[in-house]
Amino acid sequence: MRRRKFLTLMGAAGAGLALGKTPAHAASNAHFEGYPDAKAVLFDATRCIGCRKCEEACNKVNKLPAPAKPFTDLTVLDTERRTSAKAHTVVNKYMPAGAAAPVFRKIQCNHCQEPACASACFVRAFKKNPDGSVTYDASVCVGCRYCIMACPFNVPTYEYDEPLTPRVMKCTMCHPQITAGELSVPGCVGACPKEALVYGRRKDILKIAHARIEANPGRYVDHVYGEREMGGTNWLTLSGAPFKEIGMREDLGVTSAPELTSGALAVVPMVAALWPALLGGIWAISKRNEKTADEERAAAVKAAVAGNQAENDAKLAKFKEQAEKDKAGSIEREVKKALEEAAAAAKEEEGA
Amino acid sequence: MTAETKKSLFTPFNIFAGIVVAVGLVLTVLRFTKGMGAITNLDDNNPWGIWIGFDLLCGVALAAGGFTTSAAAYIFGIKKYHSAVRPAILTAFLGYALVVFALHYDVGRPWRLVYPIFLQPGTTSLLYEVGLCVFLYLSVLAIEYSVAALEWLGLKKLRGLVHKLTLLLTIFGVVLSTLHQSSLGALYLIAPSKLHPLWYSTYLPIQFFVSAIAVGLSMVIFEGTLSHKAFHHKMDATYLAQHDGVVLGFARAASVVLAAYLGIKLIALGADDNWKYLLTGWGAWYLFEVLGFVVLPCLLYAIGSRERNLKLIQWTSGLTVLGIVLNRFNVSLVAFNWQLPSAQRYFPSWGEIGVSLFVVVVGILAFRFIVTRMPIFYEHPDFKDAH
Ligand code: SF4
Ligand code: SF4
Repeated sequence: MRRRKFLTLMGAAGAGLALGKTPAHAASNAHFEGYPDAKAVLFDATRCIGCRKCEEACNKVNKLPAPAKPFTDLTVLDTERRTSAKAHTVVNKYMPAGAAAPVFRKIQCNHCQEPACASACFVRAFKKNPDGSVTYDASVCVGCRYCIMACPFNVPTYEYDEPLTPRVMKCTMCHPQITAGELSVPGCVGACPKEALVYGRRKDILKIAHARIEANPGRYVDHVYGEREMGGTNWLTLSGAPFKEIGMREDLGVTSAPELTSGALAVVPMVAALWPALLGGIWAISKRNEKTADEERAAAVKAAVAGNQAENDAKLAKFKEQAEKDKAGSIEREVKKALEEAAAAAKEEEGA
Repeated sequence: MTAETKKSLFTPFNIFAGIVVAVGLVLTVLRFTKGMGAITNLDDNNPWGIWIGFDLLCGVALAAGGFTTSAAAYIFGIKKYHSAVRPAILTAFLGYALVVFALHYDVGRPWRLVYPIFLQPGTTSLLYEVGLCVFLYLSVLAIEYSVAALEWLGLKKLRGLVHKLTLLLTIFGVVLSTLHQSSLGALYLIAPSKLHPLWYSTYLPIQFFVSAIAVGLSMVIFEGTLSHKAFHHKMDATYLAQHDGVVLGFARAASVVLAAYLGIKLIALGADDNWKYLLTGWGAWYLFEVLGFVVLPCLLYAIGSRERNLKLIQWTSGLTVLGIVLNRFNVSLVAFNWQLPSAQRYFPSWGEIGVSLFVVVVGILAFRFIVTRMPIFYEHPDFKDAH
């Protein structure tokens, strides 16, 4: 009875885990297509001149500390950089093989349609917003940094020098400023002097990107980076040089992050429901075996004892018989002896 | 040992432990006043270092002896393993407690560790599953272990009550262990672009689970060997009489499990068609791990258990434990971020190593404190034949 109750409980626990999932994100066959009116930013590397105005704007909008070297210092571009807790976007300079001039690329959060960071976070500190941005809430973050592990684009960064209140830092697509009405487009987009950045509905942005490729096939690689990478992103990139040569990975595939883990998550309720049943079964069998073994042992001992008894009885009987025989034999012998003696005595008397 | 400790507290181990604990305390102060950056080599590309790779991944795997032994004794009903249950449960309990303790250094805001469980669960995260299971399993182990503590305290009624729950707790423990041992491997499923293909596989969860059983069995043998040296006088006749049987039985089981583990590894290699990588430098390292720490101990265990060679088995258990540590390191540190230029790769700092050592030493001290006082290697005189 107790065991049955336990199984029911475990089953319920498993079902609870299964129900707790957001259907679009895990253990489901549905592919999340993104919010219909989600915005996106297009970065066109063929237009970027590496002026770092976007970096400067980002620094101002997000009230980040002043950098060691001013934003006008372009020698910074000589070393490859990545985003950091103090810089949510950086521009790098690349020299692709065979290119006449350097190519610049801006790095920031790509605002994935199904973000790895959000699906990895165990307190749901990350949120995919209907406007396409992915934001982070420091008020629940535990600081486990699994989001940083998970991001395929190496974007989120961490305040390692904060002893007690470290935050995960990354580009927010200026979601807070735009919703508050302080900005109409992200800071970097507004600051770009070359229109290398365009902000708009993702659907429209994709059309613009494809139209640019079509209008100028010699200028572009025929691929909009981010259209399908990792399930699609809300930051899209056009380039004239192969993406690999401007530091962008081409081997990420089109599978979204939640899809990568949905299989493992789906197993949870199964284990929670099936394991107790299986283990309970094994326990019952081993218990039965033990009981049967005990019974058999008892029977064997009994049989052995009983067997001995019979044998002993038989032996005893034989002994008795033997003894009787012996006794009988000795009487006979005595009688014979006596008779013989008597006979001898009689002979002697006759002879005398 | 007791006689020895009465003579002098300054045994080589105690002096070493004292130094480690002192250094650990200093590092603790630094960590919580100056931040993680002050004592670690962690950075934005390498957010998880040995505090995760060793303290969490290895810690949990090495504590797998608890669920394997209690399953063998109570679910599979193998009576002769009963005396091995208590040391294994104690090791597991301390192991998990230390994992949670160590996590307080690694996460940014440790007092929020309960948030995902009680405030805002992120159910799409494998880390949530790990956290929930570790939390529940630590509670289960605490209850299972409390039987020994209650006997020590002489609380008969309560002890009887808890003891009645044994089977229930055992099943619960196996379920939870299955889930979180495997989801530790599943943590890495989300990062196929960062983990080398020879180690990345959709079979990672099952590989972690099966290898955890192998190392669980090995740890019981390994820990038993060490305990024999240090705490022989604490062991009762039952424990000593059953000990060799436990070693032989566990060795045979470990050999079978390692063979299965090898099979899964090969299937994973074939399923993703990763044979081509075997000819690279990474392939050599992979083969070193698989041949030296899976195939070899599998064979040695088989030979050892057939020839009843206890010495060989004990050495093999050490080899297996090393092998799992190597595997967890490979997945979490060595083959992780393999595409980054070597200047951006991670190597632990002295501070990180110091904290990990501190955690291990605290564990050993706690183990010694408990087994020299409570009925772990022997049956309490008041509760003879109770199990
Ligand atoms: S790029 Fe990285 S941080 Fe940005 S949304 Fe995607 S997974 Fe999250
Ligand atoms: S570090 Fe914070 S935001 Fe990132 S996964 Fe952990 S809890 Fe979530």
